[in-house]
Amino acid sequence: MANACAVVGVGQSSRYRSKIKVSIAGLVREAAQEALKDAGCTWADIDAVVLGKAPDFFEGVLMPEVYLADALGCVGKPMLRVHTAGSVGGSTAIVAASCVQSGAFKRVLTVAFEKQSESNAMWALSSRQPFSPHLNAGAGGFFAPIIREYMRRSQAPVDIGCKVALKDRTHALRNPRAHMHEKAEDLDLKKYMDSFMLWEPLRFSEVCPSSDGACAMVLASEDLAKKSPNPPAWIHGVAMRSEPTMYPWREEVNPQGGIACAKDVYSQAGITNPRKEIDMAEVYVPFSWYEPMWLENLGFADVNEGWKLTEAGATFIDGGDIPWNCSGGVLSSNPIGASGMIRFAEAALQVRGMAGDHQVDGAKTALGHAYGGGSQFFSMWIVRSEKP
Amino acid sequence: MREVAIISYVQTPMRRDAGANNDVEMLMPTLQEALSNVGMTHKDIDFTCSGSCDYLGGAAFAFVSAVDALGAVPAIAESHVEMDAAWALYEAWLKIQCGKADTALVYGFGKSSHANLPNVLSLQMDPYSVQPLWPDSISMAALQARALLESGKCSERDMAEVVANSRRNAKSNPKAQLKGDFTVDQLLREPTFVSPLRKHDCCPITDGASVMILAVREKAEKFCKRPAFITGIDHRIDAHGLGLRDLTVSESTRIAGEKAGANKGPIDVAELYAPFSHQELILRDALGLDATKTKINPSGGALAGHVFMACGLDRIGAVATRIINGEANRGVAHATSGPCLQQNLVAVLEG
Repeated sequence: MANACAVVGVGQSSRYRSKIKVSIAGLVREAAQEALKDAGCTWADIDAVVLGKAPDFFEGVLMPEVYLADALGCVGKPMLRVHTAGSVGGSTAIVAASCVQSGAFKRVLTVAFEKQSESNAMWALSSRQPFSPHLNAGAGGFFAPIIREYMRRSQAPVDIGCKVALKDRTHALRNPRAHMHEKAEDLDLKKYMDSFMLWEPLRFSEVCPSSDGACAMVLASEDLAKKSPNPPAWIHGVAMRSEPTMYPWREEVNPQGGIACAKDVYSQAGITNPRKEIDMAEVYVPFSWYEPMWLENLGFADVNEGWKLTEAGATFIDGGDIPWNCSGGVLSSNPIGASGMIRFAEAALQVRGMAGDHQVDGAKTALGHAYGGGSQFFSMWIVRSEKP
Repeated sequence: MREVAIISYVQTPMRRDAGANNDVEMLMPTLQEALSNVGMTHKDIDFTCSGSCDYLGGAAFAFVSAVDALGAVPAIAESHVEMDAAWALYEAWLKIQCGKADTALVYGFGKSSHANLPNVLSLQMDPYSVQPLWPDSISMAALQARALLESGKCSERDMAEVVANSRRNAKSNPKAQLKGDFTVDQLLREPTFVSPLRKHDCCPITDGASVMILAVREKAEKFCKRPAFITGIDHRIDAHGLGLRDLTVSESTRIAGEKAGANKGPIDVAELYAPFSHQELILRDALGLDATKTKINPSGGALAGHVFMACGLDRIGAVATRIINGEANRGVAHATSGPCLQQNLVAVLEG
């Protein structure tokens, strides 16, 4: 019943960095303007704006959509603001897609951002909620024990995490926008393994950076997408799932919510064998070990076998049969609220053939994925070069 | 467009301080009541969307613990807006229009008693040029009220009349926080709080939660005798800077009302989210409401109880309830966000 919808424009910060010296308004505007240019349209052509970002605490701006109405050319138009924790960039793209798929709008701008340099995300994630366990540890401290449990179950070699990080940082060298551009001599397994321990078993080398940045997309209806100057990325499936942070017997390593979300999005896109039918994926991997864990959760590998794909180089852009995170992924750039949208946008760029030096040759079908909270909020989409 | 209706709406009693009850504890009984009123369980819900604000609880991810109230095992299709839950309803409405859901649960909650809401709201302002001045929401509203008085569009007596009507109407609303019989002269004898606003011109601090259930026509008619159909819904935003717009009008409300088709039929009832008395006058004007033909804020409106993050949904719920109960055929509901009515949503409901 949903109307066709396609990504016709993508824009991103020219370089994700730890301190981008413009205002938040300047940050979102840069990405939005690039997306409009790609889509061959102007502010006046936009019917509505959908803004996403992670907690308002990260910048200390309450409901930034009201402050950003002017910078995003939204005065007199509808503005929606989405917040679904770390998955928000993906969820925001999905809400924007629903603006078009519902038939309510023809062309919408969606933007997600984070300016970590204006506050302290670790602090913002550590404040206490009444009657809840107090985790003064940020996200890494929360996920480390779950990763430890994955290592125990899978008996994966201890260096798999560092291999994931090395792979993504190698990919990042082909993406001029990536935050982390390491020197070639530093991309070395021994150096990565010798990096200091941050949250056992996660080393400093295996965690995402704190980045500033914004990502934007223009989504359009079928008739407008066909007239757009650059190739569209057609949306073939969107799905979101949520489950509580804790409940008895909750499967935290391989969350049921992620499995259900993937099943839903694959069935919409007619995918039965993701490893075979998906050409590349941009998956939310903020801590190295989440690559093998999500390979299993998303059905690319059997349970406890995901690390073998990483080890065999299957997720590497050169020679891998299922390249993951060719942009360098979250491990190379993490403007939190935008990170999910970057995954969705990079998937779109790949099927449009516009990913530059990190393009996967002939990519026709791509998965964008984001997760958040305590591995409990999931958003995913499948985009293709062909119309559904 | 698919025909979507409101079939159930429940709000907690609006209280100055809900005490030790946390968000989930306010929400759970409300949610159960909203479902059981129409004979539904959480398994009948295809999509869930909520509105809440982290800053009220002083911790990131206020909405995360609320998921505990939903029975989300196995995982559910769910989303959240950091906006008044009226916009959560809008997202759910889009989802239903996409054909991805036939039913939706929408909720909003807020415990403003935790914090100093007027100061929290100063964090909405431009973080570089305005926020450092800590302009609180009451002071900004007072600037707007002053501009309105000086424009000659209203008098302090008109503002007091809004308050007197709100308090009187609220007497028939068992959930209302502030109610009673007050004369305009009596109100005008009160001292000003932040000139020209008196305390009664400002909405109270309120704790509470609200839940609403939406369904497409086929499902709506199965679960509800007289559903309240959403025949129009639109929302718009104005410029942020207080000096960039005429504070005595609400252009975004006017556009939203027009797009939603508010004046395409008689309006039996209108519920307006006006946290300050003078804003009700601005909104009436923007929507072209005639107080002799339309019952305005029969629930008492935001001045009788203001659950920040749910108050807009409550306006929609108040109109829906009158339609579901057969007390009205067609009504208009309004929600707002941002300083001095910056962002506005208008929904038209019909029986």
